[in-house]
Amino acid sequence: MKRLLFALLLLLIIAHQDYWAWDRVDPLILGFMPVGLAWHVGVSMAAALTWLLAVRCCWPGELADPDVAAPLRSTEDQRA
Amino acid sequence: MILAALNSGQAVVVVIVAYLALLLALGAVSNRFFRGTAADYFLASRGIGSFLLLMSLFGTTMTAFALVGSTGQAFRDGIAVYGLMASASGIVHSACFFFVGVRLWSLGKRFGYTTQIQFFRDRFESDKLGLVLFPILVGLVVPYLLIGVIGAGATIERVTAGAFPSLFAAHGSGAAAVAAGAVPYWLGAAVVCVVVLIYVFFGGVRGTAWANTLQTLIFVILGLVCFFAVADRFGGMREATASVARLNPEKLRRTVRPDDPLTRYREDVRIHQQQRAEWEAATEDARVGPPPAAPKEPRTLGRMHFLSFLFIPLSIGMFPHIFQHWLTARSARSFRLVVVAHPLLIMLVWVPCILIGVWATSAMVNGAPAIPYGFSNPNAVLGKLVADLHSDVLPGLLTAGILAAIMSSLDSQFLCIGSIFTNDVVGHYIRHDRLTDRHRVLLGRVFVVGIVVATYLISLTRPGGVFTLGIWCFTGFAGLFPLVLAALYWRRVTKAGAYACVLTTAGSWLWFFRASGYAGDDDFLVGGVSPVAIVVMLSTAALVMVSLVTRPPGRQTLARFFPESCGDRGTSPS
Repeated sequence: MKRLLFALLLLLIIAHQDYWAWDRVDPLILGFMPVGLAWHVGVSMAAALTWLLAVRCCWPGELADPDVAAPLRSTEDQRA
Repeated sequence: MILAALNSGQAVVVVIVAYLALLLALGAVSNRFFRGTAADYFLASRGIGSFLLLMSLFGTTMTAFALVGSTGQAFRDGIAVYGLMASASGIVHSACFFFVGVRLWSLGKRFGYTTQIQFFRDRFESDKLGLVLFPILVGLVVPYLLIGVIGAGATIERVTAGAFPSLFAAHGSGAAAVAAGAVPYWLGAAVVCVVVLIYVFFGGVRGTAWANTLQTLIFVILGLVCFFAVADRFGGMREATASVARLNPEKLRRTVRPDDPLTRYREDVRIHQQQRAEWEAATEDARVGPPPAAPKEPRTLGRMHFLSFLFIPLSIGMFPHIFQHWLTARSARSFRLVVVAHPLLIMLVWVPCILIGVWATSAMVNGAPAIPYGFSNPNAVLGKLVADLHSDVLPGLLTAGILAAIMSSLDSQFLCIGSIFTNDVVGHYIRHDRLTDRHRVLLGRVFVVGIVVATYLISLTRPGGVFTLGIWCFTGFAGLFPLVLAALYWRRVTKAGAYACVLTTAGSWLWFFRASGYAGDDDFLVGGVSPVAIVVMLSTAALVMVSLVTRPPGRQTLARFFPESCGDRGTSPS
């Protein structure tokens, strides 16, 4: 799954470089949004979906919450 | 009823005062939950859940830069600004939360960290690294603070025009002209600083998180209200875009064609020539300020420039105030909502701002341009549009939304610098038995007061443009990003490599900052590439090369920070 996540992130970065729409205004999405802007709105939505997949399938399990929180450095030092 | 009896400027002032009073009340309530310990003041006893964490992190990330700066920049450069900053941030910010934030939270909880510098000192087995990092981190946060204070003062001044004509006279000329009766910049900025100071002082990071949540909700909702109100004033969204397509089509794409009418630019040039001739004809004594600046000619956005901007959002991985918010999380799972929802919230805030900025270039209201030709201050575009809405309540509410975005960043930044001074400087070097928990909270508060006063005084000089200042601040933090990434994922990174990374970032940043005329050149590029890309590449190269030729860190350190690969869970610091 981690490989899929990295592949999707790479795809997102490639999609972000939308050279094909550099010089285009049309079509106007919803009649007011130029295609160059609408594409990047789509990139934002795709990013959210990718991260949804990441937290569901690639959550860093080895980072389970530490059982006990250490006291702040200051308190620790005072005790030492 | 009461508002109807006031002039429009006074109505705005009443709404702003009511909003600020609400924040003060929130600060007072959060103070009732304060447990009196340093852990509670600086980290809210690590008890912030998913929703509050999302709101506080997002509110901290969005500042005048996102609202005032993005609208102004879109007014100048068109839709490209969204791709440059917003959609890139949706990808990279969440990556930083996922790969860096969760891991740092875990280490922070396990080893009791409050600040980044404590982590780096431990990880790189170097006390002096903290001394090198301290001035760099603080020095880079200060411009970021200034963005907020300048944005707040300028916005209040713009939207309160005519409020108290008997108290405040008109002054300035050209783009810097201020109408009679406007609450002056120095006063607006001072009031915002004092309000933030009060709720940070009493509520600590919990007060900040609560205030950020309220402020984030307010600026998202009011931003949308503003968007629809402005669109309506421009004759609807379709008509607003159609006007841009007729008069300034280059704002709707990332290229400038030879046959583009460039209506606004040509009118700006005509007015500039008149103003320049008047300025030159005037006697030395009659001249007000320097000669008017020439308008910037629209240019095609370079593809390498666009690509290199992807490095800018890496800065969030090294922001000390974001680090502090990460540590407040109740559990690792609290990050999940943040990682997923952050790109969507960015979209919700930035798309309306970009569209408003683009539309403002060409919209006509009652036969005249909504933003007059010759209007050369992009950062004042949003404030002017809001002030022109001719409503008793709306301009005040929308200004409250803008201030909410600004203050939700200011509070975290003030608090984090207070934390750094308290924990990494005084707390680190004073004998520990002479500094109780109570002393630490007191020190944190004293430092917050000092930082607010210093920032306010610097802001009175109004250095640079809001957006340009932000870019330079982000560039510095992005240059340090390889340091935190390597610290978390690369066992072989060494103390010498860390020094090389920090010093290379500082050196290259200073060099480029000087070459740009100290942020005087808004369009400063190096070979068509944003300097941030070069700073990050240089710092990465320095970190890797120096690490590979110097002695690796000790086994004990590696066992603590990479327990999964050493078969050890790690323990509290010895």
